Amino acid sequence: MSLRRKIRLEVNGETREGWAEPRKLLVDFLREELGLTGTHVGCEHGICGACTILINGEAVRSCLMLAVQADGAELITVEGLAAGGKLHPLQEAFREHHALQCGFCTPGMLLTAYDLLRVNPSPNEEEIREALSAVLCRCTGYLTIIKAVRSAARRLPADTGK
Amino acid sequence: MKPPAFEYHDPVELEPVLELLRRYQSEAKILAGGQSLLALLNFRLTRPAALIDINRITGLSYIKEKPGWLYLGATTRQRAIEFSPLVREKLPLLAEATRLIGHLPTRTRGTIGGSLAHSDPAAEYPVVLTALDGELVARAESGERVLKAGEFFQGLMTTALAPDEMLVEVRLPAMPAGSGWAFEEFSRRHGDFAIVGVAAQLSVEGERCASARLAAAGVGPVPLRLESAEQALKQGGLNQRTIAEAAARAAEQTQPTSDLHASAEYRRHLTRVLTERAINRALERARGTRS
Amino acid sequence: MAAHRFIGQPVKRVEDMPLLTGRGLFIADLPVANPRHAAILRAPYAHARIVSIDASRALNAPGVHGVITSEDVAKLTRPFAVGVRAPVKYYCMATDKARFVGEPVALVVADDRYLAEDALELIDVEYEPLPAVTDPTRAAAPDAPLLHEEVGTNIACRRKMTYGDPRRAFEEADVVVGAEFKFPKISSTPIETYGVVASYEPGSGVLTIWANFMGPFILHSLLARALNIAENRLRLIVPPDIGGSYGIKTSVFPYMALIGLAAMKIGTTVRWIEDRREHLLAASSGTDRAAYRELAARKDGTILAMRARWLDNVGGYIRSPEPGCSFRPIGNWVGPYRLQHLEIDAGVVMSNKCPTGPNRGYGCGHLYFEIERLVDMLAEKLGIDPAELRRRNLIQPNEFPYRTPTGGLYDSGDYPAALERALKIADYGELRREQAKAREQGRFFGVGVALAVDPSVSNMGYISVALDPEVRGRPGYLPKSGATEAVSVRVDPLGKINVILGSTPQGQGHRTIIAQVVAEEFGVSLDDVTVTDEMDTFTRLWSVSSGSYSSRFATVGASAAAVAARKLKAKLVKQAAYLMEMPEEALEFADGQVRPRAGGEPALTLKDLAGRVHWNASALPESMEPGLEATAVFGFPEAKSPDATDRVNSSNTYGFIAEVMAVEVDPDTAAVKILRYVSVHDAGTIINPLIAEGQILGGALHGLGGALYEELAYDEDGQQLCASFMDYLVPTASDAPQLQIEHLISPSPFTPLGSKGLGEASSMTAPAVVANAVSDALKPLEIEITELPITPSKLWQMIEQARSRKS
Ligand code: FES
Ligand code: FES
Repeated sequence: MSLRRKIRLEVNGETREGWAEPRKLLVDFLREELGLTGTHVGCEHGICGACTILINGEAVRSCLMLAVQADGAELITVEGLAAGGKLHPLQEAFREHHALQCGFCTPGMLLTAYDLLRVNPSPNEEEIREALSAVLCRCTGYLTIIKAVRSAARRLPADTGK
Repeated sequence: MKPPAFEYHDPVELEPVLELLRRYQSEAKILAGGQSLLALLNFRLTRPAALIDINRITGLSYIKEKPGWLYLGATTRQRAIEFSPLVREKLPLLAEATRLIGHLPTRTRGTIGGSLAHSDPAAEYPVVLTALDGELVARAESGERVLKAGEFFQGLMTTALAPDEMLVEVRLPAMPAGSGWAFEEFSRRHGDFAIVGVAAQLSVEGERCASARLAAAGVGPVPLRLESAEQALKQGGLNQRTIAEAAARAAEQTQPTSDLHASAEYRRHLTRVLTERAINRALERARGTRS
Repeated sequence: MAAHRFIGQPVKRVEDMPLLTGRGLFIADLPVANPRHAAILRAPYAHARIVSIDASRALNAPGVHGVITSEDVAKLTRPFAVGVRAPVKYYCMATDKARFVGEPVALVVADDRYLAEDALELIDVEYEPLPAVTDPTRAAAPDAPLLHEEVGTNIACRRKMTYGDPRRAFEEADVVVGAEFKFPKISSTPIETYGVVASYEPGSGVLTIWANFMGPFILHSLLARALNIAENRLRLIVPPDIGGSYGIKTSVFPYMALIGLAAMKIGTTVRWIEDRREHLLAASSGTDRAAYRELAARKDGTILAMRARWLDNVGGYIRSPEPGCSFRPIGNWVGPYRLQHLEIDAGVVMSNKCPTGPNRGYGCGHLYFEIERLVDMLAEKLGIDPAELRRRNLIQPNEFPYRTPTGGLYDSGDYPAALERALKIADYGELRREQAKAREQGRFFGVGVALAVDPSVSNMGYISVALDPEVRGRPGYLPKSGATEAVSVRVDPLGKINVILGSTPQGQGHRTIIAQVVAEEFGVSLDDVTVTDEMDTFTRLWSVSSGSYSSRFATVGASAAAVAARKLKAKLVKQAAYLMEMPEEALEFADGQVRPRAGGEPALTLKDLAGRVHWNASALPESMEPGLEATAVFGFPEAKSPDATDRVNSSNTYGFIAEVMAVEVDPDTAAVKILRYVSVHDAGTIINPLIAEGQILGGALHGLGGALYEELAYDEDGQQLCASFMDYLVPTASDAPQLQIEHLISPSPFTPLGSKGLGEASSMTAPAVVANAVSDALKPLEIEITELPITPSKLWQMIEQARSRKS
């Protein structure tokens, strides 16, 4: 068995450190070592998208990465989306349009939508659907989520997605 | 669903990777994007003694233009390929196929080399390589060799890579002028592996088909080059009758199996439908009637 | 009634903020001190005798604290009580035999989940594989491999029931249509899997189990008995957030027992979070069903009678609340139609598949798929438009409350109006014209209609129809009935309101809904009301029917809250009258204060009144209770136990759904594209339209999933073929059709607010409406959909066969 390694990364703008065996999944490291339980586990094989986070600005499945692979990276999790106590426009729009019920898929949905709006600030409905098909939701039937993302896109300054 | 324990190596250069491969032989697995391997590990369907993580090797991620070709480093992310203006211009078929691989968050990590080495018969990249006669560069401590797509994919999820070899580069011929392309895929949901996928790239000279490159995914243990369909087009020209004939030949050439999602007959039938659609769409693009 | 300030308003949910910012508290997030982690070894065979289990190597593995094997389970626990007379022994883990792939056979507790999974690989189990059976019809055959020797048959329960005179009706009918139907095994697979944490305190003898369990809490007694502990030593706590359930999390209870046992035996806090593979293999699902159903009608389209026989496949063990799959809709077995004669032969059979339980629409998806398909077949046979045929058979608005031949009491509704509304929104006439055009061009364009009576708030009594009336009539038999919910409302010293629920929401926004109801009652702002759910059997008021299932909350929970609020207001008026030295009758509670009915001064605000009562309790006379609290337990008088003729009002309110869908089938790929989907609901008073719409949208996609994508498929040997989300196909954002929703409102006369449930809603109509639309599209080929899911591969095969038949 490989020895535990020290991992140092930046999460939501803060430098964090922890130890992990090489086989430890990044999502488990975030939840168990760093106490960031906002990132959820739904399948551990890359399909449900509940564990989606941003690494160096891009959406990834944190169940399909080892914690050791994130050493030195910059992460954003759902806990870091609202800045200075103010909800991100996506979060606002989700609330507005009742785009969450149980909320379990929501972190993955938000960060996937965030990534979409960064690469495509004014997506059409088809493109929104395609992007969101990366995350499974069993509660909402998706339509309200699609609406929320469309309305957030309108609210966001076109160039940043921030 | 937690991975079994393994030795972990994450060298920053290629040489130690090759040394480790020689040492472990088939006991080690290379961790590229990990979008298939990590899932297999979580299911404990694979239990390598060691993982050799190649993500920290910087020199392996690139898209380079060579005369008539594009060279892609093995760890080039699918996401980078998707957004590369060079790929869109020179190899639009690859760009189109890329958007069908999983979802953006998996393409962030997934690599072209990993996808080819994993060689799922329903996956998008192997079939593009097969259609375009791409080349794969394999390296071992003992040296380097270049394999043709046709010889690389050997059987269900097996490639011609020796245990001590690593896929380091993928080479694809750039699309000739006056060509059109299409990747047609039928899957039950967006982002799934295809039930059947067909890659097509055609060069057109008037009514004549100067070159046709067709291959299908999901209809056998390895991607299938649809040679007799290509023949039909090259001989019969680009009219609807020949296209239908080519599609029928494509279907004949397949040897699919049945599974939970589709019967063998349905897959064969889909090959015909998708080949026809792919040819037509490629043709429209070649003629400039579609972008 | 005066205009509402909050009821009926699209109030944004109070639940949202923590969930949007990653501060929700789901079972896997619960901070527990020093947890150890469990992993479960599961049977690789569908049917096998367990010859021996040797866990010694696992016990010595790094980080391992203990192992539980079938031996411990057989010795230390009892099988769960089951709802039928067949002596089925359902333990929380396999003891003698494994009866489905994925059945637990051993459990390891270790320092972390990784180590626990490592140790599982060191447990040596010797199995003697036995022949398996998975198909319900095969399992019911006399020569089928037998699952439970002590039962002697795989049939767990069979009931033949007759209402009216179906034999005569069938004889006298002009036409009879009938068909065989197959409904797949589907699961709504919440994205959050099961999770259980258990901790045992030997000093007090209290076992505390945290679980994302949704009720019903009848299972509390079952658990206590299975674990051999007193009920008042078993504390169940539900975390603040549950990541979806849709019925599925009812069936976490065997794991609650297993993890509870591990905590007691190993002496540590044990935490088990199910993984997706475990969930798909061994959690729960609805039943797959093989059925034959037929309708008898007159030439003019009047439906006279219905006959049905079915086999519901409950998998390896029949477990509570099964056989609800067969009987939950008993009161609405006739749907929205006026037919009076009914013959039912309900069989419930065990086979080598994962056991079942409630899944959204519990039993109703099956029911309406069969009925609504037959209504279309009848329309075709009689040459009557399917919408018109339905129109001719609907229960009329002046007939409510309407007693169905099976004992249901439909409280209110205007079914014809809802149907007309749906047809109008969908522009049914235009769709038919489009269809005519499409058919000319050889395209497969279809229009489907489906109707359903949507039952909510199950009467716990319905389940006893699984027993023969003769058994229920024996002396000493204790009848079962009821559907209650308790809510407490309190006012704190500063006049703010706290409400305490005993519900277990999984995303339905109970706290928001109750804040609306209570703020409305008191005439205060939403911010003045705080609502707590988080069920805890030691501190909440609860009873056997507690929990959040059968779409019950908006009906029974909201009613209890309204009644509790009214009780408390009456108390406040009484106290104020004393303090204000005015006659009680002259005062009322309105707009957050007690004031003269006639208007004007003097008035005592809630804040002032609360301050006085809390701070100067002795100012009140001894005859007056000084507290500012009221509790209401709301129940329905019509929730009675079944009578001797098997009539029972199985639910307490009944909504209505009318749906119209247009589809086109790709003639080349056989892919089904939904072009139009209209859903009209009548669920009485809607408290929060945002939440109501969310329930309908989600329910519809579950129904569509089962109709077009999902199936927990097994091969002949009982190997499960979709133990991952790569193979169990959950619809994605790209697959969700646009859905136009509209509400009609026929308030329920049985609830103080007039509300009914709609949590399952379109999950029960979607399979029927898609199947009708696809069959209609393929009418030129005479294809009738009688099996789900409609996969492109299967549909293409049907089209090919039909084409070769035709040519
Ligand atoms: S938990 Fe990572 S994709 Fe499902
Ligand atoms: S809100 Fe429950 S899974 Fe999406």
